[in-house]
Amino acid sequence: MLTLRLAWRNITGAGLRTWLNVGVLSFIYVLVIWHQGILLGMQRHAVNAMISDEISGGQFWCRGYDPFDPLTIEDSHQNIPTDLLSLIDEETATPILVRPGTIYPKNRMQSILIKGIDPDQRILDIPSSDLQDIPHRLPVMVGKTMARKNGLTQGEEFVIRWRDADGTFDAIEGHIVSIMDTIVPAIDQGQIWVPLADLQELSGMAKQATLVVVDQQVRGLPAAKNWVFKDQANLLRDVNDMVNSKRGGAVFMYIILMFLAMLAIFDTQVLAIFRRRREIGTMMALGMPRIRVIGLFTLEGILLGILAIGVAAVYGIPALYYTAQKGLPISDDTSDWGFAVASRLFPAYSAALITGTVAIVMITITIVSFLPSRRIAKLNPTDALKGKLT
Amino acid sequence: MSALIRIQDLTKQFPMGGRRFTALDGISLEFERGEFSGLVGPSGSGKTTLLNIIGALDNPTRGSAIVLDRDTKTLRHREAARLRNHNLGFIFQTFNLLSVYTVFENVEFPLLLLKMEKSGRRKAVMDALEWVGLTDKVDMRPARLSGGECQRVAVARAMVKNPKIVLADEPTANLDAENSHNILKMMIGLNREFRTTFIFATHDEKVIGYLKRIISLNDGQVVRDEEP
Repeated sequence: MLTLRLAWRNITGAGLRTWLNVGVLSFIYVLVIWHQGILLGMQRHAVNAMISDEISGGQFWCRGYDPFDPLTIEDSHQNIPTDLLSLIDEETATPILVRPGTIYPKNRMQSILIKGIDPDQRILDIPSSDLQDIPHRLPVMVGKTMARKNGLTQGEEFVIRWRDADGTFDAIEGHIVSIMDTIVPAIDQGQIWVPLADLQELSGMAKQATLVVVDQQVRGLPAAKNWVFKDQANLLRDVNDMVNSKRGGAVFMYIILMFLAMLAIFDTQVLAIFRRRREIGTMMALGMPRIRVIGLFTLEGILLGILAIGVAAVYGIPALYYTAQKGLPISDDTSDWGFAVASRLFPAYSAALITGTVAIVMITITIVSFLPSRRIAKLNPTDALKGKLT
Repeated sequence: MSALIRIQDLTKQFPMGGRRFTALDGISLEFERGEFSGLVGPSGSGKTTLLNIIGALDNPTRGSAIVLDRDTKTLRHREAARLRNHNLGFIFQTFNLLSVYTVFENVEFPLLLLKMEKSGRRKAVMDALEWVGLTDKVDMRPARLSGGECQRVAVARAMVKNPKIVLADEPTANLDAENSHNILKMMIGLNREFRTTFIFATHDEKVIGYLKRIISLNDGQVVRDEEP
């Protein structure tokens, strides 16, 4: 208690020197939390968008289907099992048929995936209801990135070619009825969406699907023979890995910030021991044991860290709250990021993030405060009284 | 009556380059309670070194310094700190006040180390400041005090815990004549009132004039020990 009181006296008495250190440390707290919050917000946003637009409560995949292996797509279609049909009838699941195909927009050829979805489905938050019947033409919905990259506009028509169940090429005129505003690349780039029944008929694959998306509310999923269930965690693994890889890159920034924190404290401590050696000698002469002098200097560093938490809270909470509410504008084209990124990024700050950051900075400060203070143990009091270092 | 401090055949050597410099050479002395004595001699005669050894801030190379029945050479850091905290007061040439503390806090510091309770601490500090005539400056920082006032704070800090021994190293070296006399008169008063043993290290004639026992040192040896 005495050491704490003396440490408090020393740092409050040091005036500007203390507040400079506290300012630097508080800035580091806020910056680290903000930076980590951006990554957390990015991850949460990507995950929420994927759950809402693509995976919902999970997906049943027909055996052999692998969305990352184009060679598996051709054969990835099977009759929907009765167990899953009952879920579809209850409107707690929706089937999707995926077929490889080619489109010819503006006289150019592009390989794409054709995805058939029930226009009346309510499992995924995409405007499938826009896929209304059009006489003699196939209604098509595309994502906004797909539309932008290929210069497609609503009302535009292009030829769509595919192979039917017998391997025969067929073609039809597609008519863009909707441009889907989604940020999820996996349902946007390199694909077009058509009514499921039309695709089943055109492909000769009636009652067949490639995958069945299950609503999040469904509990006690049936076991469907030859179909494999991929839960949310499994389907989100890739996006989590990608965000984590970006987080890995952010470690560099994190290290720089932590280094700044260490430098602020280490420098202060080393300088303090050099400048205050006469004070150290005086304290020893007045009867303060060395270990307590070491504790005093270490505690001064720790108190700087604690003060910095308070100062960081004063300006950091409003600043972080503002960015969390208003978001931060980011680059228009984030399609090469590999996961869903909105045009405004909303940082997210969890309790774990804040307490974790504070704990890591405080542990660093404690260590960095203690290390130079150990030198006091070797200090000869008579030399210290003369202002010499031994 | 047993002596408060017994110095027996004490030698102190310091490494200097490749050789050893002998600062104190076989000194034997005794100090009784209530003495007002001084170690007198030119620079390098060993005054401060002897004072530091008596104060358990340094150890002798040979011989012993028995302070309050404790051999300073055998004390561990914590025990030496305890001895200083409970029984010794220090007054330095450069005052050595803690710059971020107020006058009150500087004087209070030794009492905090003694873990004295708050009301007793406050009374002791105010009493000490009253002795040195600084009750009107309790909230000031040392930077705003004159040299004489700083040394009076240092005296108050040394005396506040009512130590058995006060060790004063050139206490008037940074003071003008008037302040020096005032400080010394004050110390004489404290010596009389509390029978505190004062040991000075000095070569200042003003101080020497007040001493009741003068121990002259030269080249690390006692050349004269007299009561004027």
